[in-house]
Amino acid sequence: MTIDLPFIWAAIIAFAVLAYVILDGFDLGIGILFPFFPEKRDRDVMMNSVAPVWDGNETWLVLGGGGLLAVFPLAYSIILPALYAPIIAMLLGLIFRGVAFEYRWRTKRGEFLWNWAFAGGSALAAFSQGIALGALVQGIPVVNRAYAGNWWDWLTPFSIATGFAILIGYALLGSTWLIMKTTGALAEKARTIALRTCFATIAAMGIVSLWTPFLKPQYLERWFGWPTAIFSVIVPVLVLGCFALLVTGIRGKRDTQPFLAALGLFVLGYAGIGISFYPFMVPPSVTIWDAAAPDSSLSFLLVGALVLVPIILIYTVYAYWVFRGKVDPEEGYH
Amino acid sequence: MFESFDATLLARIQFAFTVSFHIIFPAFSIGLASYLAVLEALWLWKKDQVYMDLFNFWKTIFAVAFGMGVVSGIVMSYQFGTNWSVFSDKAGPVIGPLMGYEVLTAFFLEAGFLGVMLFGLHRVGPRLHFLATFMVAFGTLISATWILAVNSWMQTPAGFGMNEAGQFIPIDWWKVIFNPSFPYRLVHMVLAAYLTTAFVVGAVGAWHLLENTAPRRSRTMFSMAMWMATIVAPIQILAGDAHGLNTLEHQPAKVMAMEGHYQSHPEGAPLILFGLPNSTEKRVDYAIEIPKLSSLILKHDLNAPLAGLDTIPDNLHPPVAVIFWSFRVMVGLGFAMLGIGLWSLWCRYKGTLDSSDWLHRAAVLMGPAGFVAVLAGWITTEVGRQPYTIYGQLLTANSISPIAAPAVAASLIAFIIVYFLVFGAGTFYILRLMKRLPRDPMPDLEDGPIRTSGIMPGPAAGAHAGSAHRSAHHDH
Repeated sequence: MTIDLPFIWAAIIAFAVLAYVILDGFDLGIGILFPFFPEKRDRDVMMNSVAPVWDGNETWLVLGGGGLLAVFPLAYSIILPALYAPIIAMLLGLIFRGVAFEYRWRTKRGEFLWNWAFAGGSALAAFSQGIALGALVQGIPVVNRAYAGNWWDWLTPFSIATGFAILIGYALLGSTWLIMKTTGALAEKARTIALRTCFATIAAMGIVSLWTPFLKPQYLERWFGWPTAIFSVIVPVLVLGCFALLVTGIRGKRDTQPFLAALGLFVLGYAGIGISFYPFMVPPSVTIWDAAAPDSSLSFLLVGALVLVPIILIYTVYAYWVFRGKVDPEEGYH
Repeated sequence: MFESFDATLLARIQFAFTVSFHIIFPAFSIGLASYLAVLEALWLWKKDQVYMDLFNFWKTIFAVAFGMGVVSGIVMSYQFGTNWSVFSDKAGPVIGPLMGYEVLTAFFLEAGFLGVMLFGLHRVGPRLHFLATFMVAFGTLISATWILAVNSWMQTPAGFGMNEAGQFIPIDWWKVIFNPSFPYRLVHMVLAAYLTTAFVVGAVGAWHLLENTAPRRSRTMFSMAMWMATIVAPIQILAGDAHGLNTLEHQPAKVMAMEGHYQSHPEGAPLILFGLPNSTEKRVDYAIEIPKLSSLILKHDLNAPLAGLDTIPDNLHPPVAVIFWSFRVMVGLGFAMLGIGLWSLWCRYKGTLDSSDWLHRAAVLMGPAGFVAVLAGWITTEVGRQPYTIYGQLLTANSISPIAAPAVAASLIAFIIVYFLVFGAGTFYILRLMKRLPRDPMPDLEDGPIRTSGIMPGPAAGAHAGSAHRSAHHDH
């Protein structure tokens, strides 16, 4: 077998998780920003701006989880017990904010409850995802194909820091999405928030990036050893470039540029994690190849993925295209 | 405080609880999605507004139910890992790709077109909109196909080998997917979903007929639902019988427990109608039984010998009492559905379908019957697979995550509280939506701007307090 199936699958799973992070990132961000927009009218518009697409966005999370089970069952069966509490918290958060999309329109008396469910659920899901990320980065002990740690191991200052970093980053994605999709005072306020969260995001990225290399010798070697240290120059330069585009886009009152620049920041941050991790699936001991299912599983699903993922991308783009442009606060989606 | 509990038992309770809640929503949305596609097709074909009114009425209910199905489903896709990681590691190479295909072929399709179906009619026009509705319905059926392939493989595994790490590895995908129980289970479940929806739609139609509000719309939905009941209920009974014979062949212990056959019957086994299974004494107390009928049903021969649980080691028995009862609940409801179907056919023949209050009352009463039957059926098949997760191959006790009981207990309690709150509220909203008439404004609420489709005719919504301005936009 000359084709490295586990490697291809690692790339596909990485793509699915990235797609999830940036897509659900902005619609979770809308929820996180809810408390800053107390007007019902603004909230209606904010929710309507993501209502037709949130379900599709969240499906990438199911692909990430389901895909992991299919092609890296060992990684799936180590990571989920290790991150037990944050995963359960994320699921509960997603339940509250997911049903809020429908329930909020079904009651007047109870609307405030579902506003809170939407905001609280989104924030909880984002924070839990950040904690899960931090806990994965700091490493998971494995003995005999199973998680060998304690059920509070995920809780460290570092994972709390990554939790807040993701929370802030999603708020940035959400606010730049609002700049793109809304008009008037709402968009103006989104600009103010975007400007603040973009500085906060860059600070959070800086803190996490400087912290990471000192967690494990492996990361230190990766970022400061030759030749991989070259990334230590390229990635920060690109990050600063995106940051500049973000700030000028917000100040210059551009509609789309801030959102795209914020996506750029996320892609770079994600690439940075990828550079730290490679070739591990579960740092510090389980590699992509250790965790992979047998080739008969990988190739069977790969055939489908190669055909279906492009088709999915096409109709996902179509669904976004149908609802393109600014949300009309008077008409909503009719 | 939970140290005395066994983590395996808690994890089983958690899985049973979350999956039982979850299955209710797909059981409804599979049928409802197809019903919506039929309604929209009829509207496009006959240009009769009644179908679009009904479409809009059920679309809103579908949106709420589908949302609950999505969020409760995400929990399922992660619970395999959190609580059953050893199972996931071992079975992942076989069942994982099937679930991967479910995501790729069904979930994205449903999610991608759901937005267009719910909010896009005026942006894409009626034909593309119908395509979106059709895709959502098609997606629910594809989803059912893959996940039932997974479940069936766990019941009747085939086409696999083992590797040195102790993992199940696929050898023949065709045999994995088309494992012995898959075709039976798929047909039985899809028909169950259709029946469930038919009885919900029938109950709503009957309730509005009894209230004598909007007679035309109520009549249309009631009549459509009763046709479904008349036609599908007998087919379902035949499909269930075939599924039972398949189970007898591949999972005999399950059938022994369903029948309450603790002992073997070398000269024809009786059909135990009712009784109290007594697993300590290994007999059914107070049994009301019909001699030799079980052999006739299962073997088509009055005197055919039937083995009992005495032929199977005690530690491999499934829990008898649960299955004995859940099976009777399912079968009883199935025959009650058949009864309603035949009764409605008789009324239709006599011309009293719209006026028979007793039929309407019975239909209202039977509204939740499908859900109860689906749950009872799944309890029968899942508890009947015990003590295995993968029948004959992997014991439940050897499938559990290395996780402490307090962690499982804490998450179980969290799930119970959240599910009852969230899905309780959702059920309440759905019932309120059902009570409302297709065209009427809802009491105590404002229609969200995204919900009131512009296609809805009539000035009724405009009169609604507090949103007169917006509602004016909604109506032509």
